[in-house]
Amino acid sequence: MSETLTIFERSREGRRAFAPPPLDVPEVPVSDLLPESAVRKEPAKLPEVSEPEIVRHYNALSKKNFDLDAGFYPLGSCTMKHNPKLHERVAALPGFARLHPLQDPERAQGALELMWRLQGALSEISGLPHVSLQPSAGSHGELAGLLLTRAYHEERGQDRHKVLTPDTAHGTNPATVTMAGYEVVKVGTAPDGGVDLDDLREKATEDVACLMLTNPNTLGLFDRNIREIAAIVHEVGGTLYYDGANLNAVMGISRPGDMGFDIVHFNLHKTFTQPHGGGGPGSGPIAVSDRIEPFLPRPQVVRRERSNGSAGEWFDFDYDRPKSIGRLRGFHGNFGVFVRSYAYICSLGADGLQEASETAVLNANYLKALLGREEIAEHLPLAFDRHCMHEFVLSGRGAKEKLGIRTTDIAKRLLDHEVHPPTVYFPLLVDEALMIEPTETEPKERLDHFADAIRSILDEAKDDPEVARNAPYTAPVRRLDEVGAAKRPVVRQPL
Amino acid sequence: MLDVIGVESLDEIFRSEVPDEVRLDRPLDLPPGMSEQDVNDHLRGLAARNTSSDDEISFLGAGMYDHYVPALVDSIITRSEFLTPYTPYQPEISQGGLQVMFEFQTAISELTGLPVSNASMYEGPSSVASAGYLAKLETGRRKFVVSRGVHPHSRETLRTTSVGCEIVEAPLDDAGATDLDRLAAAVDDDTAAVFVQQPNFLGTVEDLGPLVEAGKRTGALVVCAADPLPLGILEPPGSFGVDVCVGEGQSLGNRLDFGGPSFGFFAARESHIRKMPGRIAGETVDAEGRRGFVLTLQTREQHIRREKATHNICTSQALNALAGVIYLSWLGKRGVVELAELMLRRTHYARDTLGLAPINPGPVVREFAVRVPDLDELFTRAREAGINPGYRLGRDYPEYEDGLLVAITERRTKAHIDRFAALLQTVAA
Amino acid sequence: MAEETYPPELKYHREHDWARVEGDEATFGITWYAQDALGEVVFYDPPDVGAALTANQSYAEVESVKAVSDVVAPLSGEVVAVNEGLTDAPERINNDPYGEGWLVKVKLSDPSEAEALLDVDAYKKLLQS
Repeated sequence: MSETLTIFERSREGRRAFAPPPLDVPEVPVSDLLPESAVRKEPAKLPEVSEPEIVRHYNALSKKNFDLDAGFYPLGSCTMKHNPKLHERVAALPGFARLHPLQDPERAQGALELMWRLQGALSEISGLPHVSLQPSAGSHGELAGLLLTRAYHEERGQDRHKVLTPDTAHGTNPATVTMAGYEVVKVGTAPDGGVDLDDLREKATEDVACLMLTNPNTLGLFDRNIREIAAIVHEVGGTLYYDGANLNAVMGISRPGDMGFDIVHFNLHKTFTQPHGGGGPGSGPIAVSDRIEPFLPRPQVVRRERSNGSAGEWFDFDYDRPKSIGRLRGFHGNFGVFVRSYAYICSLGADGLQEASETAVLNANYLKALLGREEIAEHLPLAFDRHCMHEFVLSGRGAKEKLGIRTTDIAKRLLDHEVHPPTVYFPLLVDEALMIEPTETEPKERLDHFADAIRSILDEAKDDPEVARNAPYTAPVRRLDEVGAAKRPVVRQPL
Repeated sequence: MLDVIGVESLDEIFRSEVPDEVRLDRPLDLPPGMSEQDVNDHLRGLAARNTSSDDEISFLGAGMYDHYVPALVDSIITRSEFLTPYTPYQPEISQGGLQVMFEFQTAISELTGLPVSNASMYEGPSSVASAGYLAKLETGRRKFVVSRGVHPHSRETLRTTSVGCEIVEAPLDDAGATDLDRLAAAVDDDTAAVFVQQPNFLGTVEDLGPLVEAGKRTGALVVCAADPLPLGILEPPGSFGVDVCVGEGQSLGNRLDFGGPSFGFFAARESHIRKMPGRIAGETVDAEGRRGFVLTLQTREQHIRREKATHNICTSQALNALAGVIYLSWLGKRGVVELAELMLRRTHYARDTLGLAPINPGPVVREFAVRVPDLDELFTRAREAGINPGYRLGRDYPEYEDGLLVAITERRTKAHIDRFAALLQTVAA
Repeated sequence: MAEETYPPELKYHREHDWARVEGDEATFGITWYAQDALGEVVFYDPPDVGAALTANQSYAEVESVKAVSDVVAPLSGEVVAVNEGLTDAPERINNDPYGEGWLVKVKLSDPSEAEALLDVDAYKKLLQS
């Protein structure tokens, strides 16, 4: 298709899809019911299209997207594992989909029980006893964690100003620190890829409220000093926060609560298969230790014993939480996401979740070994020479120096091989970084194919680096002018 | 595969990388995995124990509404190509998703009357809080003046997340609208933002002009939280000069889903574009001059700006925003007016017919508040009659102890309203 | 884009900023190295005329599509002029970093601070390390 029309450009005056129900009450003039100043003068210029044209339009747009159901998607720290198809069916059950959030809890027992059970499962997986499902995404969970930290310190009469993050931290960590009213202090990375303990000891003062970590970290490396790190932070009275983006490496193997973390967030749209939707919805529940529990957001889902003589339990929202930090959002959180994640946990069970993490680690180490072969490694050396967990980071500096192609060129050329590129230029610590996370739902032959694609791109660049530099060729568009888009932003259609 | 890696067993990797002291030495204490059939049946069992809006005639609103979502929304959003991709960081293979964002931004801009919209936030109340954060960044001030007509969840979320800020509440007057004088009196040189809601939580159509004027007097930002469907026939907040319009997008093509996922919208004046939160899609061209779309102004965002980012949001609600723009295209230019007019007339019919003493007798569009002599009795009888009367205001507004918030959507017919009225007669008797 | 050059008559700051000192006034900008690392500049928000700059402290930011860089004042003083043309054509910073890409003109508060700056050879040595 050489032209790209927007839905607005497909409008023709008078066309429609929606037909209103017939008016069954008196047709009182609008001017009798609303003051003149409040009545809209110019209608909103929404499209005027029929249903078949809406369908064709979005159908055509969908075909311009590469997606997980189409192919390999090794985005580091995103955990693009298969989204089981059962989940859309159960999430659409009217008992869930048509349930109003303010329905009387007595008449929403199925939903509340699901939330209760999901909480219990997340608690067991993380090794921390108390869970709130309210935060809507990982960043939201991070904000919750720092607000909980603040409340914890305030109750102790402590006025702390700093939060530590490693220099490898995902950008949401320092951004959240600022939003929570703290100052970021960066902690360095040691040669083995873990936190630099000396640097941490120096920076862990009594003005530090919290250390935010991911383990394994964004280099895909498990920090073997994690207990020591926890001790250092706890000794100065700080809290230890776990960014759960990389939880897929450790389910059933190691638990953040046992590592010493006080607060954990989960990404249900990563580890627990909620489909990414092109940028959400997600969900970022948190689990916390006993000392943080009093401050959890309100309301909490609780189980109560029946008090009126009849036996049994029931589930309720508990608002009676005097030390709670309050609400982070309306209603109860992204319930539709809870349904899918709960279904996933039920499907896999204890053994299955552990096997998922083990296989994720197996796949990553296998792919790392394939890409560690001489002819690839000289151009894309491994950033840290250790066993990785579920993901690993290569540096594109060899390709840049020897072949004249950069990580971005490799990524764009991969699009022509019908795989999604890995995460690029993150973490910042590694020059021309490529962060690769295959996940456990990829079979061996797809990993082999990816390694072959990388090799062929490097070989091609030896002959002619221009090929990669001008890629992609087979995508719906060629490289886009992001500079022009930033200099003169056009963020809506003029109508 | 283990041979290629060069280990004897997978456990060799774990033993080398994960210290014994943090290694879990027992299986997870969770039930064993279930077959797909059993999971299906288990979930169906849980769903069956909820009373949904399919099971009763519901007048429950208070921020989320039982609207009809056309089948075409589901058929499009369950397509793999929209459901399963990641955020469009590689624009060449994400043109579908990016164009959807651009169309969504355009639709929200049209509805709200403000030129710039982002590609979604999480939901309504946290968007209100995010508007407060923008105001803090823009003005450097620390005080918020918030009308009591703003949704209780929004007010509470603002309080929770506004570190180091003072919040002053402007009360409602006897007619259930924001008390203009009290709001104006609270605005001073330390005010970063003034918040109002349209229609307000009780359903009152606020007189935005004077409120905005009072809000802007000392240079604060004015934030209006708006219910999107009434904007079909209400003059949009942008026309009155508000700086930011945010709100809950659930009514636009999204399920009730027990409160989420839905989406929040965030629209603003041009001058705020470099500090506003969230992803923004922009139009551009490719190397061969073809029209295309990219994420733009990314230097605001956390993945580039880190601790200096204007917000920490990463994953938002892209799929729900897609449902929103499909729904708005389905309603169309005339439909959004017709739907709002239908709700307006049925709402007034309901208020008249139910015959209860109004808390907010002035103009309303889709929701109104009334006093009920014996709420407990009403709810007991209503349950038996298969009716959900609405939201009990006393939970959030002690001053309206006997208050009931009644919501009308296009699914609530005259027959439903008449049945509710008849029920009230039997309770009164 | 410009050729890689470092004019010998300029003074350089280790954070990749340059100063052209003329009596008690100076012009500031960023070096070829800085603009190359940043990529094509899409946005520059200048300080106000009259603003006070302090040596070694950031006074503005330049943005490319994928990165943001602090611009550091090599010397202290009061801003007397800003390069208005950069609002519509920020790419001048890339194309002519020492000429049309100048950022601010400043009346120096302490011209002797220039002694602490690097000359062109010292700066080139810094780049090699």
